[in-house]
Amino acid sequence: MKQSNFKLSSLSHKTILALAGLFLMLFLCTHLLTNLLLLAGDSRAFDAAVAFLSSNPIIKVVEYVLFAGFIIHILMGVIVWINNSRARPVKYYVAQGSETSFFSKFMIHTGLIIFTFLVIHLINFFFIKLGWVALPDYAKDTHDFYSMAVVLFKEPLYVILYLVSFVFLGFHLKHAFQSAFQTLGLNHDKYFPAIKVIGTIYALVISIGFSIIPIYFLFFH
Amino acid sequence: MDIKLKIWRQKNASTKGRFEDYELRDVSPEMSFLEMLDYLNKQLIEGGKEPVTFEHDCREGICGTCGLYINGRPHGPQQHTTTCELHMRAFKDGETIVVEPWRSKAFPIIKDLAVDRSAFDKIMNAGGFVNIDTGSAPEANNIPINKKISDRAFDAAVCIGCGACVAACKNSSAMLFVAAKVSQFALLPQGKVEAAERVQRMVEKMDELGFGFCSNTYACEFDCPKGISVEFIAQMNREFLSAKLCAHKGH
Amino acid sequence: MIKLDSKIPEGPIAEKWSKHKTSLRLVNPANKKKLEVIVVGSGLAGASAASALGELGYKVKVFCFQDTPRRAHSVAAQGGINAAKNYKNDGDSVYRLFLDMIKGGDYRAREANVYRAAEVSNLVIDHFTALGVPFARDYGGALDNRSFGGVQVSRTFYAKGQTGQQCLLGTYSSLSRQIAKGRVTMYSRRDMLDVVVIDGKARGIITRNLVTGAIERHGAHAVVLATGGYGTVFYLSTLALGSNATAAWSAHKKGALFANPSFIQIHPTSIPVLNDYQCKLTLMSESLRNDGRVWVPKGQADKRHPNSIPEEERDYYLERRYPAFGNLVPRDVASRAAKERCDAGYGVGDTGLSVYLDFKDAIAKQGKKAIEDKYGNLFEMYEKITGINPYNEPMRIYPAGHYTMGGLWVDYNLMTTIPGLYAIGESNFSDHGANRLGASSLMQCSGDGYFILPYTISDYLADEIRSPKTDIKHPEFDQAEKEVKERINRLMSVNGTQTASSFHKRLGKILWDHCGMFRTAEGLKKGRVLLDQLEEEFWKEIKIPGDANELNQELEKALKVADFFEVGRLMMEDALDRNESCGAHFREEYQTEQGEAKRDDANYAYVAAWEYQGHAQKPLLHMEPLKFEFVELKERSYK
Repeated sequence: MKQSNFKLSSLSHKTILALAGLFLMLFLCTHLLTNLLLLAGDSRAFDAAVAFLSSNPIIKVVEYVLFAGFIIHILMGVIVWINNSRARPVKYYVAQGSETSFFSKFMIHTGLIIFTFLVIHLINFFFIKLGWVALPDYAKDTHDFYSMAVVLFKEPLYVILYLVSFVFLGFHLKHAFQSAFQTLGLNHDKYFPAIKVIGTIYALVISIGFSIIPIYFLFFH
Repeated sequence: MDIKLKIWRQKNASTKGRFEDYELRDVSPEMSFLEMLDYLNKQLIEGGKEPVTFEHDCREGICGTCGLYINGRPHGPQQHTTTCELHMRAFKDGETIVVEPWRSKAFPIIKDLAVDRSAFDKIMNAGGFVNIDTGSAPEANNIPINKKISDRAFDAAVCIGCGACVAACKNSSAMLFVAAKVSQFALLPQGKVEAAERVQRMVEKMDELGFGFCSNTYACEFDCPKGISVEFIAQMNREFLSAKLCAHKGH
Repeated sequence: MIKLDSKIPEGPIAEKWSKHKTSLRLVNPANKKKLEVIVVGSGLAGASAASALGELGYKVKVFCFQDTPRRAHSVAAQGGINAAKNYKNDGDSVYRLFLDMIKGGDYRAREANVYRAAEVSNLVIDHFTALGVPFARDYGGALDNRSFGGVQVSRTFYAKGQTGQQCLLGTYSSLSRQIAKGRVTMYSRRDMLDVVVIDGKARGIITRNLVTGAIERHGAHAVVLATGGYGTVFYLSTLALGSNATAAWSAHKKGALFANPSFIQIHPTSIPVLNDYQCKLTLMSESLRNDGRVWVPKGQADKRHPNSIPEEERDYYLERRYPAFGNLVPRDVASRAAKERCDAGYGVGDTGLSVYLDFKDAIAKQGKKAIEDKYGNLFEMYEKITGINPYNEPMRIYPAGHYTMGGLWVDYNLMTTIPGLYAIGESNFSDHGANRLGASSLMQCSGDGYFILPYTISDYLADEIRSPKTDIKHPEFDQAEKEVKERINRLMSVNGTQTASSFHKRLGKILWDHCGMFRTAEGLKKGRVLLDQLEEEFWKEIKIPGDANELNQELEKALKVADFFEVGRLMMEDALDRNESCGAHFREEYQTEQGEAKRDDANYAYVAAWEYQGHAQKPLLHMEPLKFEFVELKERSYK
């Protein structure tokens, strides 16, 4: 093939996007499990988990992989979006009335909202851990993510932002889960309906799972 | 019945187009959509105006020539129906019908509602065939093929090349068209031999021609007049992935 | 003076082709690269010929009026493709297929050509299978066959109701392969308007680029016409609207004889006319008659709903008239019987021009599921077009113009009377006599293209290896281009009041009424007068808006209609000459007491090949006597 090795085909872009996405979905599961420890009543369980995650050398490596995963996923998503917006220079007069996977039309939009949240989130937590961002005063002494979460989740504006982001993450995941399987060629008439259902359940679990934490802290803590 | 029409008019590829409004009286619900346009054209010609150019040929839903974007749907409101098979009984008396050409960078407009779909031929030329010369075929029954697999290959092979998948897709992606051909050959033993090269060449050509990427929106399947399944897109993804991962250098 | 020489090889029928092949000359590979061949038409015949010639190494140029070769009307063939494989162990053989075609064609086809078509049929199936055409299969993985058109064996290969589509896409893929290799150059959206003859040999064509309107010249060492039939002459037909006679007719005007023009098959099962603006009749596959029963009410002008007409008041006229074959009589017989009932006032529907095709009994006996499995896609198609669900009430059907057995006269090598000009597929006359059997057109087209023409054309081209590339500046090209341009200008300058389609519709009606399923000498003469009048009006009243130098669909139509007048005139001339009834040609004067066709073998066992003598001039008849050495002429009975 005369195609140069540096130019990726549309399908390669999509495959990388899907693989990175699936990796991020796995990460979301572990992240959710860790976060749910916040509901344990006091900080011990959560702190232990944080301590484990910050000291384990493998996790340190995985963090960079994770970071790369985000960047690749976002990069590929943006490339796909740019290409797609070029493919139809003149738009239709009447909006498309075909029945489609609804959320698939807004992946770039939901993605951008999630990205915005991600930046805030990274400033709040991850960059601190890396030492890129200085700790806020209230958490400085203890290097204490638990306290920081408590403080942030007492802030109604932050909670709203958080909840909205997770609703959109749910929308994003609703399409993303089955779409990743389709892109990787794993669509089979026997299993695909189940994959779609699992995808919906996954999206619900993630967005509801994450959302109950701030609600708990705002109203019940 | 009486209807109102809003139709895209464009003199040629290099001029700017615009919508024009028409009112049409005494349309029979028994008319096909294209017969309705014939009826409009007759009135336009007799009134000294230029008729609307639209493409059509067999008028029985198999040649794939016709293809109009009607009220926001390729081939109109009825599923699994080509424009020529669509009848006016699918519309209401007094309804306004908006008729647009297929819109895609890869399908430039030639005139009015006629677009150039030769990009599909270019993709086919890139590998949509089995490399076998006339005269070298073995006796047909020497290649037994499981009935289910053969039927599945047929389901992919029913594509009429109308371009509705591209027209329906928000990204004007040609994935369903390419996938149908790739899958038909990949399923059959005759085509399997060169499946890895075929899928790479056809995808490369598809990318080159300016079609968008697939975002698994599945509008293509919904609007395909022949109901070709997006499972074939998954199959192509699979074929492509394994070709990329397993092909030796120099291919 | 043209002298017909059919060039049929000597010897026993089963050995003619194999012997002939070995005697045909070859062209060495280095020379093939220098020889150019033009193929007009990209259907099953054209695309298969072009890809086979490309594979051999010739430089091929293919022309089609569609935007892509994949749309040629071969795509619409539904039922199947015959081959003498004898996979069913039911006694089939090449000889049986040959016999069935000769009988089906009512003994008006050339024995040697028909035998050869049957002979290569098996190769065609092998080749299509290798190309990846997904023919229907049995559970063990072997190819399946079904019976068709009332013959006694199962020899029809099929791909649901879309066999033509699958075969065409197969040839399109082999054509694509040659295009990719650079051996075939594709010129789509071109109408061929004339053939260029230099020193007595076909050397090129004149085309109109349908997008730009440019008149173009293309030269070659030989020209192959694969331009299909002229059934659209009836306006309402089962053909694609773009199908036309212009390419073949231009060849006829340049000296190619036109054979048996009145042999046009009227297909019995098409969806009837539903509205006044209808321009197309959709075919319902012949296979439906395997389970459907054809009937009309016993009383005239019975306007009751079909479901409320009791059994004893129904006339299953095919079963009544032809107890041995019943609903499975051949196409010409079924069509005539339907028209006879309707003309006698028993027809149904608003117009009284249709009969019922009823599946009630089949559904009761076999269950809805079984019927759905067999005919599901056809039932769906019927419902889409008519809005009526045929599971609940009978279909309405009526005969429609379908296939032209007549066409350009060719010799055994498929060459017309112009040296270097070939005609293959439906555009020639050779294989189907006066009536074509179902599932034999796909067979003939692909056999001609893949397995016959490549041999015979090489024999001609062997003499051309010293001919230089054809000079498209030759005066004959100037002349042909000038004539084409003048014709276009003449049409454009009329600036009358009526559309090309409205003339076409009126022309079609004249031909349908006077040269359709039932013909009489008186009717044909009357029709000719009406046709002349209409043609005169056409040249005074045709209205073509727009410019000739752009995409102009009205001009395209007008050019075709202008030729259809002449084709229609020749059809009537031929029908008038043939004082007998045979196959699709039924002259009311020549029928048995039971109303069946009465052939006259003593006087009309010939091919009528007509030579053009100028516009509206009486054409000159050449007769090619049909010699039946291997079959015995019999009365064709389906009683």
